[in-house]
Amino acid sequence: MVELTLPKNSQIKPGKTWPKPEGATNLREYRIYRWSPDDDENPRIDTYFVDMDDCGPMVLDALLWIKNKIDPTLTLRRSCREGICGSCAMNIDGSNTLACTKGCDDISGAVKVYPLPHMQVVKDLVPDLTNFYAQHASIQPWLKTVSPEPAKEWLQSHEDREKLDGLYECILCACCSTSCPSYWWNGDRYLGPATLLQAYRWLIDSRDEATGERLDNLEDPFRLYRCHTIMNCAQTCPKGLNPAKAIAEIKKMMVERRV
Amino acid sequence: MSGKNTDMRTPLARVRGLGSAREGTGHFWRQRLTAIANIPLILFFVGFLIALNGADHEHVRAALANPFVALVMALVLISGLTHMRIGMQVIIEDYVHGEGMKLALIALNTFFTIAVGVASIFALLKLAFGG
Repeated sequence: MVELTLPKNSQIKPGKTWPKPEGATNLREYRIYRWSPDDDENPRIDTYFVDMDDCGPMVLDALLWIKNKIDPTLTLRRSCREGICGSCAMNIDGSNTLACTKGCDDISGAVKVYPLPHMQVVKDLVPDLTNFYAQHASIQPWLKTVSPEPAKEWLQSHEDREKLDGLYECILCACCSTSCPSYWWNGDRYLGPATLLQAYRWLIDSRDEATGERLDNLEDPFRLYRCHTIMNCAQTCPKGLNPAKAIAEIKKMMVERRV
Repeated sequence: MSGKNTDMRTPLARVRGLGSAREGTGHFWRQRLTAIANIPLILFFVGFLIALNGADHEHVRAALANPFVALVMALVLISGLTHMRIGMQVIIEDYVHGEGMKLALIALNTFFTIAVGVASIFALLKLAFGG
């Protein structure tokens, strides 16, 4: 649903400004979105000051520094801290990216950190990705075959393997889908760029025998055709992938099988 | 984004919903075809307007009586209005979410296009055939 203004209980109020760490000379200001389900309060923006001389270079380092040294209630997901797990996807300095691969030096002024846009918030910087994961499951992201299993393995030429480059690298961090206005307005029916890129990864896999079925399941005004090539997905992908191109390729396959 | 509290379906059941409509490609393809067709057609239409700027009724009528001009004008109407209708339908589907309101607007969109198209074609024929 199009929402141009935030509902009353989502409107952001000014929050607390935490004291500056004593004796620090290299301070950096962080303004971070806070919301807890445990009280009836609206979300607020808390301001923290991080001693960058005592902290790693990435935004995730600073968030963990805050959690360890200032405010242990700050809630976020993180795991690998090297851009491969996708856990720490959030909106930093106005665009969706991974906190672990975003350098604080790439941002001018105060660092603003919000959860991924237009998702239900579980707490602070943690969005509810239930629907996103269910959408990924709905495209059946595994090899589907009917031919008898080969004795050793399903073979694939080097050329066909290369077709998966730029697709298999997706880590399902949800940066792209949650940057897409079409996904904001129709996220219940539109599968979104991440899921569609994954769908294309299986459509183009030479070993898969369910291409037609997969296309049937995507051929829908909402599931696929809500993509209007806005390109926010390609712009924001922290892995440098291009979901918009993958979606365009799916549309080409759709046309190809009928003309 | 997730369903209401009373909705006890699994997340996958909600995503699968009523299944795929198995259509949308025709719509997508038609929109591209009419977009390509509209480039020369609208250029012709604009050129026609500029060429006949300030001309009197008789002069315009005579120009439209030329079979080539009349046929291209009919194509301008058909291609342009088709493109307008399916484009507007996408906008309605994007932004209007109440099922009743959405259906009503999609119906109105179709009726409006047909009304404009029928009136325009009638006017074109009347002029072309000596109105």
